[in-house]
Amino acid sequence: MQNMNFILLIPLLPLAGFCLNSIMALLQTKQKEVTSQITVSRIACGSVLFSFLLSCAAFFILFTEPHVAALQYPAFLEWMALEHFSISFGFLIDHFTCIMLLFITGVGFLIHVYSVGYMKKDPGYSRYMAFLNLFLFFMLVLVMADSLLVLFIGWEGVGLCSYLLISFWFTDSEKAKAGKKAFVVNRIGDFAFLIALFITGSCFFSLQSETPSAENIFHFSYLAKNASVLIPHITLITFCLFIGATGKSAQIPLHIWLPDAMAGPTPVSALIHAATMVTAGVYLVARLHFLFILSPFTLNIIACLGVLTAFFAALIACTQYDIKKILAYSTISQLGLMFLALGVGAFSTAIFHMFTHAFFKAGLFLCAGSVIMALHHEQDIRHMGGLKKTMPLTTLMFLIFTLAISGIPPFSGFFSKDELLTLVHSQAQYASYYWLALFTAGLTAFYMTRLFVTVFLGQARFATTCQPQEPPSSMTIPLILLALFTLGTGFLGLPPVFGHHWLQGWLQQGSSVTAHTAGITTTQEFFLMGLSVGGSLFALSLAYVLYTKKAGLTPKFKTSAKNVYTLVFQKFKIDECYEFLFVRPIKFFSEHILNKNIDQGLIDGLFVNGMAFAARFFGRSLSFAQTGLLNNYAFYLLLGLTVVLITVVLM
Amino acid sequence: MTLFPVTIHHYLILSALLFCLGFIGIIIRRNLLIILMCLEVMLNAVNLTFVALARYYLQEDGHIITLFVMAIAAVEAAIGLGIVLTLFRNKESVRTDRFTAMKG
Amino acid sequence: MADYLFYIFSFITVLTVLLMIFQKNPLASALLLILGFFSLAALYILLHAPFIAALQILVYAGAIMVLFVFVIMLLNLKKTVSPPDTGWIKKTLIFLVGSVLFLFFVFAFFCIPETLFPAVSEGFGSPEKIGELLFSKYIIAFELIDILLLAGIVGAVLLGKKET
Repeated sequence: MQNMNFILLIPLLPLAGFCLNSIMALLQTKQKEVTSQITVSRIACGSVLFSFLLSCAAFFILFTEPHVAALQYPAFLEWMALEHFSISFGFLIDHFTCIMLLFITGVGFLIHVYSVGYMKKDPGYSRYMAFLNLFLFFMLVLVMADSLLVLFIGWEGVGLCSYLLISFWFTDSEKAKAGKKAFVVNRIGDFAFLIALFITGSCFFSLQSETPSAENIFHFSYLAKNASVLIPHITLITFCLFIGATGKSAQIPLHIWLPDAMAGPTPVSALIHAATMVTAGVYLVARLHFLFILSPFTLNIIACLGVLTAFFAALIACTQYDIKKILAYSTISQLGLMFLALGVGAFSTAIFHMFTHAFFKAGLFLCAGSVIMALHHEQDIRHMGGLKKTMPLTTLMFLIFTLAISGIPPFSGFFSKDELLTLVHSQAQYASYYWLALFTAGLTAFYMTRLFVTVFLGQARFATTCQPQEPPSSMTIPLILLALFTLGTGFLGLPPVFGHHWLQGWLQQGSSVTAHTAGITTTQEFFLMGLSVGGSLFALSLAYVLYTKKAGLTPKFKTSAKNVYTLVFQKFKIDECYEFLFVRPIKFFSEHILNKNIDQGLIDGLFVNGMAFAARFFGRSLSFAQTGLLNNYAFYLLLGLTVVLITVVLM
Repeated sequence: MTLFPVTIHHYLILSALLFCLGFIGIIIRRNLLIILMCLEVMLNAVNLTFVALARYYLQEDGHIITLFVMAIAAVEAAIGLGIVLTLFRNKESVRTDRFTAMKG
Repeated sequence: MADYLFYIFSFITVLTVLLMIFQKNPLASALLLILGFFSLAALYILLHAPFIAALQILVYAGAIMVLFVFVIMLLNLKKTVSPPDTGWIKKTLIFLVGSVLFLFFVFAFFCIPETLFPAVSEGFGSPEKIGELLFSKYIIAFELIDILLLAGIVGAVLLGKKET
């Protein structure tokens, strides 16, 4: 561990950007045209760019000096100093964090640049840039945390920024509702996270240590060393942490917020709901791999829920019509695959898939944003088509990203997905999960090709008044860069048959994350590889045929399997179930019991009005003694005199 | 009756009796003039106490105080009756149950 | 002999005061009170306070009560034709509290040890003795009383003025 002070700047630069931009945003409401968009853009993008450069510097240091386990800036703020333990805040960059930093700041910077073009005409531009910077600050705090508490701060912060950015156009009540839904569902996960924190803390607090030491009990290295203390409660702790990850990373049953979160601007969807925030759950589980390994029960649940999420989300994505919703369900599905990898113990594979997924999913969203902007905010794919002629660059980019997500070599998606599937297959108890995951991979290829074909190929179905053109260069250059990364990052994780798996080696340094090898023969590996690629190609060609040549088959299928189709199209009615089971009772309870009876009846009636009534009542009853008659007052005099004299004598 | 010679206690009990009777008179009667007269009775009871104690302790200071009390009583009676006159001019009555402006 | 006189005059005093309280006619009350003051003056003489007794008759019976009678006549108060002053419940209550006070006084007064009156010297309570005390020890109080009388005169004149 080496102390490096410059790493403090990595999160602080976006925070400074946020402060400056929010001042600009506040100034803008008073006087128009006081602040220029260029200044705001420069501040926002510049701060993220410098963060990226500093992350590269950190990577360079770790790369060139293998003996350094991690860079840290420990305990710069002390929060609590208790008898045996202390809780303080600090930052840590080890090899795992370094990878996260690179793609968070890198993709973040590209999306900032894209937003400059996308949000150009929006009146809330400075506010948007401020929130985007704030989000990056919190995300960086999350990944650079050296203890669970700092991670939780970042965790909450990204949830907040997600809410702020989803309901960015809050004047539309639907969008505001979507933001609220995201935050509330996130909160459920946060609650479970807190419970896990409390249990962990109590396990350590009940430990009487002989010498009072100032250890930070939530620090990752401390937790790794003393994980044995937590063994009696390890299942509960890991389960609660997983529920927190479920809320943040949109797994069943807390996935409902992510499709609605598409109400926010498209770059927000790209950054938060594709590349970074939703991967926080994966990050958490991978970080605490030493705890999860001790609890095979939780790992089973993670794998099971992951594969189910992947499957169902892919099914739903096959039937949706909104371009962003399809991509949202695609994200949920890919996250499910990541959790499946975590569940079978392949932590570094999950990280690899998260890494490649960030690039192509962000690219997919940004392309969708270009399309939406070109067609004047049209999001229904039934009203799109034939965009290949007028937007060739976007079409090419989208094709690259589609091939990546479908798992076609040599794009990056192939390498990570294939490794994932191989490792799932290699564990005998997860055989059924493998076939389901393989089918899901096929479904992924199917619906992504469906999306590509419907939007870009075929006849133009949009209104003739729209003239779609290529977006400006501020929006296309990030796309090109992302496409290049999609092509290149796959080669960081070559399977053993092809070469050296650099990422696995990197992550194992400094014992950040354990890695797996499948332990299977070369022929088996090629066979599985062929199986996955073949399945994807089959699904791809099926979708191509269905949606271009035999365009009549799909409506017939819809009418013949009407019930099943409707169920899948309506997202298995989960939203309606939650509405009925949870939302309505709570609303009823709040409205009728809490509001009417307790708030108005008890507090207003008894305490507030009752006090006034009591005062008036006693006052009025005492005023009966004031008759105005001289004789009565003389009697009171006599009475008082007698009483006083007797009291004095008796004392 | 030399069997029960008159002691200081007799005079003191007498004055206490007169005092209480005067006080009760104030409370009972509604006529303002009667009330003032009962007030005079109370003052006289106090005078009697002073004179009796002066006799008991053989100091004429009690007489002096009695003198002063009488002077004050005279002034007070004069002013009090002036007030009764003014009240009668305004309210056409000297009954205290007509003067209930301070009620409530 | 003096004892008899004490009992007679104390009886007269209490009786007149009682009667005075319960008279309907205010003029009758005033005249009864004059009688009471006379008997009180007699008691003062029994207590070897001739000067005070004289002053009692002069000031109280002769000035204050005459003033009362003047006012009663001036106001032309008839016999009070009104409902009884207070109900009997209240009267009982008042009597009770009053008797409690009286008993308290009695209890208090018995702190003085029971002895007879000491023998009195010649000239006790005479005007000379009172004058001596008044103009030496109590000169300031005397002057202040003077001012008080002045204030009383002014007040009485003001209050008695007719509204023009």
